[in-house]
Amino acid sequence: MIYTAIVFLPLLGALIAGLFGRVIGERPSEIITTGLLMASAAMSWVVFSQVAIGHEVPGTVRLLPWITSGELNAAWALKVDTLTSVMLVVVTTVSALVHLYSIGYMHEDDSRQRFFAYLSLFTFAMLMLVTSSNLLQMFFGWEGVGLASYLLIGFWYKKPEANAAAIKAFVVNRVGDFGFALGIFGVYYIFRTIDLDAIFAAAAGQQGKTFQFLGYDVDVLTTLCLLLFMGAMGKSAQFLLHTWLPDAMEGPTPVSALIHAATMVTAGVFMVARLSPLFEYAPLALQVVTLVGAVTAFFAATVGLVQNDIKRVIAYSTCSQLGYMFVACGVGAYGAGIFHLFTHAFFKALLFLGAGSVIHAMHHEQDMRNMGGLRHKIPTTFILMTIGTLALTGVGIPHVGGFAGFHSKDAIVEAAYAAHTPHDYAFWLLVVAALMTSFYSWRLVFMTFFGETRADHHTYDHAHESPNVMLVPLYVLSLGAILAGLLFSAYFIGHEYKEFWGAALFELPGKDILHHMHEVPDWVGLAPTMAMITGFIVAWLYYIQLPWLPAATARLLKPLYLFLLNKWYFDELYDLVFVRPAFAIGRLLWKGGDGAIIDGTINGTAAAAGWTAGRVMKLQTGYVYHYAFAMLIGVALLLTWFMYAGGIV
Amino acid sequence: MSTLSSYAPLLPETIMALGAMALLMLGAFEKESDFSAETVGWLAIVLMAAVILVIAEEGPERIALFDGAFVSDAFSRFAKILILAGSAATLLMSFGYLKRVRIMKFELPVLVLLSAVGMMMLVSAADLIALYLGLELMSLALYVLAAFRRDEVRSSESGLKYFVLGALSSGMLLYGMSLIYGFTGSTSFEVISGVAKDGVLGTNIGLMVGLVFLLVGLAFKVSAVPFHMWTPDVYDGAPSPVTAFFAAAPKLAAMAVLVRVLWTAFPGAVQQWQQIVIFLSIASMLLGSFAAIGQESIKRLLAYSSIANIGFALVGLSAATEEGVWSVLVYLGIYLVMTLGAFACVLAMRRETGPVEMIGDLAGLPDRHLGMATAFAALMFSLAGIPPLAGFFAKLYVFKAAIDAGLYALAIVGVLASVVGAYYYLRVIKVMFFDEAKDPLSEVEGGVGLVMGLSTALLLLYVVFGSYLEGPALAAAKSLKF
Amino acid sequence: MELTAAFFYLFAILMIASATTVIVAKNPVHAVLFLIVTFFNAAGLFVLLGAEFIAMLLVIVYVGAVAVLFLFVVMMLDVDFAELKAGFIRNAPVGLLVGGVVLAELVALFVAKGFGLGMAKVTAAAIPQDISNTEALGRLIYTRYVYFFEAAGLVLLVAMIGAIVLTLKHKPNVRRQSISAQVNRHPATAMAVVKVKSGEAIVPDAVTKREAAE
Repeated sequence: MIYTAIVFLPLLGALIAGLFGRVIGERPSEIITTGLLMASAAMSWVVFSQVAIGHEVPGTVRLLPWITSGELNAAWALKVDTLTSVMLVVVTTVSALVHLYSIGYMHEDDSRQRFFAYLSLFTFAMLMLVTSSNLLQMFFGWEGVGLASYLLIGFWYKKPEANAAAIKAFVVNRVGDFGFALGIFGVYYIFRTIDLDAIFAAAAGQQGKTFQFLGYDVDVLTTLCLLLFMGAMGKSAQFLLHTWLPDAMEGPTPVSALIHAATMVTAGVFMVARLSPLFEYAPLALQVVTLVGAVTAFFAATVGLVQNDIKRVIAYSTCSQLGYMFVACGVGAYGAGIFHLFTHAFFKALLFLGAGSVIHAMHHEQDMRNMGGLRHKIPTTFILMTIGTLALTGVGIPHVGGFAGFHSKDAIVEAAYAAHTPHDYAFWLLVVAALMTSFYSWRLVFMTFFGETRADHHTYDHAHESPNVMLVPLYVLSLGAILAGLLFSAYFIGHEYKEFWGAALFELPGKDILHHMHEVPDWVGLAPTMAMITGFIVAWLYYIQLPWLPAATARLLKPLYLFLLNKWYFDELYDLVFVRPAFAIGRLLWKGGDGAIIDGTINGTAAAAGWTAGRVMKLQTGYVYHYAFAMLIGVALLLTWFMYAGGIV
Repeated sequence: MSTLSSYAPLLPETIMALGAMALLMLGAFEKESDFSAETVGWLAIVLMAAVILVIAEEGPERIALFDGAFVSDAFSRFAKILILAGSAATLLMSFGYLKRVRIMKFELPVLVLLSAVGMMMLVSAADLIALYLGLELMSLALYVLAAFRRDEVRSSESGLKYFVLGALSSGMLLYGMSLIYGFTGSTSFEVISGVAKDGVLGTNIGLMVGLVFLLVGLAFKVSAVPFHMWTPDVYDGAPSPVTAFFAAAPKLAAMAVLVRVLWTAFPGAVQQWQQIVIFLSIASMLLGSFAAIGQESIKRLLAYSSIANIGFALVGLSAATEEGVWSVLVYLGIYLVMTLGAFACVLAMRRETGPVEMIGDLAGLPDRHLGMATAFAALMFSLAGIPPLAGFFAKLYVFKAAIDAGLYALAIVGVLASVVGAYYYLRVIKVMFFDEAKDPLSEVEGGVGLVMGLSTALLLLYVVFGSYLEGPALAAAKSLKF
Repeated sequence: MELTAAFFYLFAILMIASATTVIVAKNPVHAVLFLIVTFFNAAGLFVLLGAEFIAMLLVIVYVGAVAVLFLFVVMMLDVDFAELKAGFIRNAPVGLLVGGVVLAELVALFVAKGFGLGMAKVTAAAIPQDISNTEALGRLIYTRYVYFFEAAGLVLLVAMIGAIVLTLKHKPNVRRQSISAQVNRHPATAMAVVKVKSGEAIVPDAVTKREAAE
């Protein structure tokens, strides 16, 4: 019952705010949705303590039968285990805090009922996703969050950029969803079921089986996992399908915090972890996951180095951190991946909401080049942002403890080393990414809060601290950012991890990566911390000590700078490779196919008819002798035809 | 042996002719006024109604008089009833118009009566001379009617054009007849059919050429392409009630006699005349459909529509089967109703300043005259051949007859032509319902409204009452043999 | 027989020649006159066939009435024949082409198949020898062909009605001769005896009326 309540209270809120928002007014809509979310969050923590800490696994809670068609059975059911309970906590807590924060952040907006309805709808869809007991329900939640994301990115639908970003997010996600859907079809084709438990039970039996494709023997499970991972790449903005995430920052900042940092984008990680029993039997697929994750972590960090929009920096950071999570999953350290997901949700939401607070203070100015010196004007936000940055960069003392990111991120780096990827590429990429993470995070802090202000006086003078309704969520999140690692690392990745996870995650016997990860050489454990410190120092040099240096570096390494500033030219590349050809094909089909062939046939017929009509009307001269002559021609014609066709001559 | 009672089958024509002369006397000696002219008109309607009853009372048998020159059979009775009904309906809706344009003269109903006598003789003709005389009686009255508004240039012009071209076509008809007479030795259909047996036409050139010219003459009367040129000009120029009359009964009569000639006089030359009829059919359907597209005048539109409709009717005749003949007769019956309804709408199109006849004048019609707009829309839908209106069944039957006879290409052309045709019929509806409204039209008069409502009801309820047309048509088709 | 044949060819050739002249003659009056010649030759052909009644009808009706009417029309109407001619010449090539095609086809057919082939063996009824042409026609027209005869009558009736309805105009201000009024005139109404006093004028009614009106 409590599980049902957790999932459906947000839906109730969404329906109330969405359908009756105009009737009951804005404030009641906010209070109802936020209140319901808080109740849901509270219950989630209860569930977390019971299931994850107390090891009471209730299994699957059936709600309603859904589809029963031949072999295909799908029911609305909630699969509750540790993984679910972790996700429930993350989703409902962040969502509740974002709801609360939005009351303050959106207070100038006219259609807040709509906003809160969307937020709650999103939360419901996300909860459906994480509690799904079969792939169809997961797909439902998957598309539900996609829809809510689309609606929320385009919330300010009068802004053309927001609309374009919403469409871009939707379209890029379609690419991933295409793979995901194919994966589901394939799973059903192979396993004759889409129920997760049944699939996991049968997964071992399918190991090593192949099927013929274009004359090649292709491994079944690898194919399925890669297809499913394609969906995860889209949703989690991994390399090649990442382009939508930075643009999605056009949405309101609370949306960025909730959807594009803490919850929805992690759905891909969750899915891979959830399907770990399947992925474990497809080592090749896992290698791909590792590669994609590592490349993303590195790539996004490089781009984050030079971005000037405060939200975009954090967005690329998110992208990069998601890469970390996938590397963890790819090397088999699912626990570390989910742990990072868990801690990341807190400190990244904190950073986003803090950035929102900055933007709020600066009257919707997002460019860091127009900020600076804000630590005097908004000290609380400054402190909170610094906490977030400390957590993100993973500040801590090895073997003792530190901020949230220190525990989770360093664990991933160690796991990457322990997994022995070729030339340890995953490890090195992650370490370099950690250095860059540190650099761009501190760059953000320095550019925003330190030095002389570059904002115009009016804006700077009127910069003000956010109201408490916005700050309270930040306090809660900063608490999480500081303590989440310290408190939970033992459960997620520490010595209790086997009891903690139970049957939720699966690892091939003997792999035991979480165990190996603790036995890596000391320098490996120190590497991320060293990278973090290096990054901090470089940032300090660049932006505090020698403010002329960034410009000089940019001049010196201009091609590199432009390459990074333009995000590796991915948007341009896609524009060239996909968008333009697609438009060209579209235009071709529209102008050529629809226009010339279909419309052309139709219009052409009409035009030809009109032309014929014109000719015929011209025949109608009005002169009697013309008419008489036409008759005579007719006679001659008939006679001639009659004779020859009639076979007389 | 020839007592007076043996001439009973001639009774309808006799009553009509004597009645026409009596009304002529009445009109000539009564002080001339609109009132007396209208009285003559009403009497003419009553006379035609009475004759319909007389014909309906006749037995089903086939009777031939005057050495087979005149036959009374189910076919002729079917056609005559439709002819009389069509003529009476046109008269009924013409009074208001005639009074407004000051041509309400007693000669008009008399000429309509005499023209109807000609048509009746025509559909009963089983002899070339009878055919020719009936045709001339019908046409001569029509020439005069076309020019009836003699002070109007367009009306006189249309009468003159029709007369000159009609004379030319009559000349061809007579030439063809003389060839046929010369090569068969008789003007009787029965004798001709005996001579023109299977294959004879292949060797008898004179007969063949005669058949071509005969067909040309009749094609002119039904305005089949390429002998249609007079139609748009005459329809446009003649006074609207006269145009309505032109489009309805004479077309039916000429088609009926075409069917009878080909079916009874030349059953052995099907292969030869079938080709001509197919040619005329395709040409008429296509030209009628395409040319109607650009028309702005509703009367010209209906002129081309009638050309296309004749093309569709000829599809049924092309089949050269009993089913085909039946489908032609059903088509003609439905065509008559549609035409009368459409012209009732045309006659209802007037403002205080006078009659209007542009399609654009119909814009905004539903606002003021919802009934008329509904009727107009129903008529256009029916003409376009949209089920379940009567026009759909009419087309269905002729196309089915063609397909059953293996004439697939013809049926396909027919369907394509009706698609094109649907365009301009539906355009009228579009103009009515969606275009910017213009000055409203005046109220619809009683007679016009009656014809409009009745024809619309018949078209809408064809599925209910269709058997009253299809049954007699079947009997008529079956009676066409010696 | 040879004499009959000779006359047949004479009449036939003359007829075709004069018919051609009707078309090509420059002067319309000449054309009508040649039309009369054509009719005469046709009448001659009928005489050769023994149909003297029809021959006489042709002469009386067509020559006496129709052709003379044509002549009147041609002379009274101001038609620019030169312009008509120009149109005729302009359109002649196309007309000749179509006409030529038809002619060529017909000739080709008849030549190829032979003139007599397929001709009906049914011959027309023999000309009665014991009664006159007129009587024979009368007997047929009022018996066997009475239907056609009456129908033709109706056609002519329609023609008459048409002519009247299209041309008759009742002009209100035209003075017509009223024969009955003229016949019924008598001295009592037509004459008045007036005594004229010396020094006065006689003023007729019409003058007084006009002055009163003024």
